[in-house]
Amino acid sequence: MIAAVLLAALATACALGAWRLAFAKWPWRAPRSAILLWQSLGVTWGLASVGALLAYALQPYGGGVLYGLRSFTESAVLFGMGHGLLQPYGVPRMGALVAGLMLLAVLVAVLLAAGTQTFRARRRHRLLLSLIARDDPGVPGVRVVDHPGAAAYCLPGLRSEVVVSAGTLSLLSRDELTAVLAHEAAHARERHDLVLLPFTALTWALPWVSVVRNAQSSVALLVEMAADDRARRYCSPRRLATALLRFGSAGAVPAPDGTLGAGSDHVMARVNRLVKPGPALPRRARYALVTFSVLLSVSAPLLWLYPH
Amino acid sequence: MKGLGELERTIMDILWAQNAPLTAREVGRLIADRDLAPTTVMTVLDRLTRKGFLTRTRDGRAWRYAPGASRDAYVAELMLEALDMTGDRSAALTRFAQTVSGPEAEILRKALTELEEE
Repeated sequence: MIAAVLLAALATACALGAWRLAFAKWPWRAPRSAILLWQSLGVTWGLASVGALLAYALQPYGGGVLYGLRSFTESAVLFGMGHGLLQPYGVPRMGALVAGLMLLAVLVAVLLAAGTQTFRARRRHRLLLSLIARDDPGVPGVRVVDHPGAAAYCLPGLRSEVVVSAGTLSLLSRDELTAVLAHEAAHARERHDLVLLPFTALTWALPWVSVVRNAQSSVALLVEMAADDRARRYCSPRRLATALLRFGSAGAVPAPDGTLGAGSDHVMARVNRLVKPGPALPRRARYALVTFSVLLSVSAPLLWLYPH
Repeated sequence: MKGLGELERTIMDILWAQNAPLTAREVGRLIADRDLAPTTVMTVLDRLTRKGFLTRTRDGRAWRYAPGASRDAYVAELMLEALDMTGDRSAALTRFAQTVSGPEAEILRKALTELEEE
């Protein structure tokens, strides 16, 4: 029973932590460490929620969640073959077992579905680019799409491609374009798409839960800030800031229904950070964050093994 | 000889420029590269059809090929996704920044003016 209680407490703590972290400003001072913290919160929340339900459900077997799952499967198989009897099982434990397995199945399925959908969308996008985008001698290594709108993005993959629209080329100055390309190259090199994917998947599974939506939005912003930090090593931060403002306000197209309204907030947060950089989080604090994230990540798996 | 990818582009460009569906032979005649084997053209036309970029109709013993959609339609499709306007909050691309409009854009424009005056 101890494991079930601890896992339930851990899941609750993770949800509360995520709720607090979404409104905190200090993560902006150390985006990379904060992203790691978000990832460990997410993984631990999932494992702890499933684990708490299963630990309670499988308690009669003793020996912890993993051992209990194996014993339960073995006795169910024996029962199916006509040998022996299933242990008499109370309704609450049966409900917990079904709920735990369902939650696990939903989390895995949503992650797989998001992965597949993303992969398909990218393949289609890559095909279209190969037929439509052109190379421009002015921006070597970058694909250009002839459209007056402002667009600059990275199509991630084993061979990531950086794409800009013709509108972007005429909108930005030479230095600003360099800054934008450095930002996108950082996304491509550090595979930020893979960081964001599980959080986006979770918003599909639980679209009505505001903690989940806020988590996705926070991680999306942190990923942008991490790319900004990388880009400013290769360009003037001021030019990156003006590029952001010029780009963000270039809205030739009205925002459609259902898109996030956080657009200008996110842009302004990034601009302020670039123009007036605050002190970075002290090294000791960042090490503490990383250590905490690692300990958090191993806590749930250890509790799955805990026999009481 | 060109790579298949580049040939796909060339053939799409030719078909987009035409008003009427063309046969493989007619397409072959319009390609500048004279060394191209007719079977290569057929292969590429077939590939593009399977990918859904061309539609074909029977004309006697030959097939006639036409683009599935206009070039502009495909550009629009790319841009919708690039601007995250497909509505499904796709995680397929990592974008530089969200483009906003209305009062939100006004805030950004003001900040830009201030930054440039400093």
